[in-house]
Amino acid sequence: MEPIIKVKEVGKKYNIRHFQGGYIALRDVLADIIKSPFRFLKKKVKEVTGIDTKEDFWALRGASFEVKRGEIVGIIGRNGAGKSTLLKILTGITPPTTGEIVMHGRVASLLEVGTGFHPELSGRENIFLNGAILGMKKSEIAKNFDSIVEFAEIETFLDTPVKYYSSGMYVRLAFSVAAHMEPDILLVDEVLAVGDAEFQKKCLGKMEEVTKKQGRTILFVSHNMAAIERICNRCILIEKGQIKKDSADVRSVIKGYIKGSEGTTEGYIWSNPNNGRFENEWWKPLSIYATDTTDKLCDGPIRNDSRVELVIKGELRSIDPALTIGYALYSDDGTLLYWSFQTDGPEKNWPRLEKGPFTIKSEIPRRLLNEGVYRIELIGGLNDRTWLFSPGGNNPNINISIKGGLSDSPYWTRKRPGILAPELPWKNEK
Amino acid sequence: MITTIIKPKKTFSLDDFREIWNYRELLYFFTWRDLKVRYKQTFIGALWAILQPFITMIVFTVFFGKLAQMPSDGVPYPIFVYTGLLFWQFFSSALSETSSVLISNQAIITKVYFPRLILPLSSVLTKFVDFAIASLILVGLMFYYGYMPHITGFLIVPLLLVITFMAAIGGGLCLASINVKYRDVRYALPFFIQILLFLTPVIYPASIAGKYSWVLALNPMTGVIQSARAALLGTTPINWLLLGISFFACLAILMIGIIYFKKVERYFADIL
Repeated sequence: MEPIIKVKEVGKKYNIRHFQGGYIALRDVLADIIKSPFRFLKKKVKEVTGIDTKEDFWALRGASFEVKRGEIVGIIGRNGAGKSTLLKILTGITPPTTGEIVMHGRVASLLEVGTGFHPELSGRENIFLNGAILGMKKSEIAKNFDSIVEFAEIETFLDTPVKYYSSGMYVRLAFSVAAHMEPDILLVDEVLAVGDAEFQKKCLGKMEEVTKKQGRTILFVSHNMAAIERICNRCILIEKGQIKKDSADVRSVIKGYIKGSEGTTEGYIWSNPNNGRFENEWWKPLSIYATDTTDKLCDGPIRNDSRVELVIKGELRSIDPALTIGYALYSDDGTLLYWSFQTDGPEKNWPRLEKGPFTIKSEIPRRLLNEGVYRIELIGGLNDRTWLFSPGGNNPNINISIKGGLSDSPYWTRKRPGILAPELPWKNEK
Repeated sequence: MITTIIKPKKTFSLDDFREIWNYRELLYFFTWRDLKVRYKQTFIGALWAILQPFITMIVFTVFFGKLAQMPSDGVPYPIFVYTGLLFWQFFSSALSETSSVLISNQAIITKVYFPRLILPLSSVLTKFVDFAIASLILVGLMFYYGYMPHITGFLIVPLLLVITFMAAIGGGLCLASINVKYRDVRYALPFFIQILLFLTPVIYPASIAGKYSWVLALNPMTGVIQSARAALLGTTPINWLLLGISFFACLAILMIGIIYFKKVERYFADIL
C-alpha cells in the first residue's frame, strides 16, 4: 500500500538573525546605513552571493521517512531538536528549504487549540470561525455542530462571548472543534499540555478512538513520554535536526532517548554553541549547569536532600535595570512547576550585574521535587517589555535528575506518586 | 482523495489564485468576523460607517467650503467633498487595515496554514461593506441637491471601485510585508496617510493644479475621485487619459505588492 505521508530529504535552514529579538526597527537599519554605508554594503553583497553562511542554521536536515495509513507516530527529542520545525513544515506553516513531502488525504493540525478564537464572539460564532480556519466547510461544521457542543459541554453558554468562558471551557470547546474535523492525517503538537488531567484523559481517549475506529493517521509531538507510549505504535527520535531512531518498538526508542541524556554530561551542562542564536544586545549566556556542595558538576542523579545550585554564566553587554534572568522548571511530562528570576527578592538583595562576564547562582529547593528527571530552561527578558528568552521558546536548557534522599523517615524510603515530594512538618496542637 | 505536495516555495504563480478560490469560505468568515466584532465593540454599530464620513463632510464643508472658499467645480461643496471622501476613506482605511493585518493575525498565521493573501483581501472587503453603507448618504445628498447621474456614471462606478480596490490592496500588501520585518513602520503610517489626503483631490478639485495636474494623476486615487465626480455630478467630462494613467499605476502597485508579499511570505511565519 502506498504510504499516506512520504517525507523525502526535508531540510529547513534558518537565518540566525530571525531568532534575534524577533524583528528589526527600520529606523535602526536606516541609521546603520547612514553611519557605516560600506559595512552594510559588504554584508549585503556577502549575503546575496552566499559567501556568508555563518548566520545559517539548519533546524532540520535530510529528514526522510514514510508513514502508512492508520499509524500513530510519536515524535520525541529535546527542545530545539527540530520536532516542531518538522511539524510546522508538514502543516505548511513554513516552507522547507530542501526536499519534498507528499501527503494523501486531508491534513489537519492541532498545533495549538483555540487558534483564531475571537474573545468578543459567542461560542456558536467561534465554532464556525475556528472550523473555517482549520479548514472545514461551512456545511461540515453545521453537520457536526451538535456533537461539537455536546463534547465540549457548553450548551448553556453557546451564545455567551467566549471572553467570559473559564479557561477549561475554552480549551474544551477548542479541542472539540478540532476533534470533529475528520481529517485523514492529524498533526498534534503538545496540545495535551493544557487543560486539567480529566480533560487530557478525554482528549487522549478521543485521539485513540479516532485512529482505532476510523483508521486515521496521527503524528504526535510531545514531551509526555507516558502519552506517547500509550497511544503511539511507532516512535521517531530527532536529535540536532536529524532523525536518530525510527522504530515500531516505542518503548525502546523512549528508553534510548532517556538514556541518551543520562551517563554523558550532555543534557546536564549547556554551553553556548556560539552560532549567534542565543545572544542579544543585552547579554549572552555562556553556560548553565548545576553543582553540588563541592562545586562539582551534577552530571548524574542527585539526592533530594543535598544542596544543589544552578549556575548561570554569562556576559553582560549593556546594563538595563529591567533585565531579568531566571529559569523555568518542568517535570518530565512537560508540566511547568515554577519560574524563578534573579529579581524575585527585595531589590536590595538582587545580585549585581556589571558589564562583562558574570556568574549568578541560585539554590534549587531541597526536598521539594520528587524522584525523576526535571528540565531547567533559561528564561528571562526585560521586565514588562519583552522576553529575550521566552518560556517554551527553544531556549538553553539542562536536565537534573533526582534520586534518593527523599526523607529521613523510616516510613518514607521509596518514590511516591506526584510531581512534588515535599517533606512538611507535622506537630501537636498546643 | 486530496494530495498535498509541500516543496520549497516558489514565487507567485497561477496556483495561488486557485488556492484562494478553494479557500473562499475562509475569506468570507474572516470578513464576517471583522464586521461582527467591530459592530459589536462600537456601541452605535453600523451607524459608525455612516457617521464617520458624514461628520468629516460637515467639518470640511464648514472649514474648507465656507471659510476657505475652496473651489468645487460649480457643485455644492458638501456633495463635492462627500464624493471624494467616500472613495478616499475606502482607500485609506483599507490601506491602513491591510498594512497591519499580518501582525494582528499572527496567532493564526503561526499556527495554521491557509493562503496568506486571504487576510489582506478580507480586510479590504470589510472596508468595502463600510463603503457600501456610507454611499447611502451620497444617494441622499444627490436627491437633496437634485443630481441625476448619467448612465455612464453608473457604469463607471464599478470600474472606479476596482481601481480603488487594487490600489488599496497593492499598497497594503507592500506595507503589510514591510511591517512584518520592520515593526516601527506602522507608527509612521497614519502620518503618511494624512499627508496623502492633501495630495489627493478630496477637498479641492484636480483642476486647481492647472497644467501640473498630471503629477497628481500618478496618485491613482486622483483619477478615481476625479472620474467619480465627473460621472456622478457631471462636473467635467470624464478624463479617460487620467483614468487610464490611474488604472495602470494601480496595476503596477498591485503587481509589486503581490510579488513582494509572496517573497516575504516564505519566512514571515518564522519571524512573527
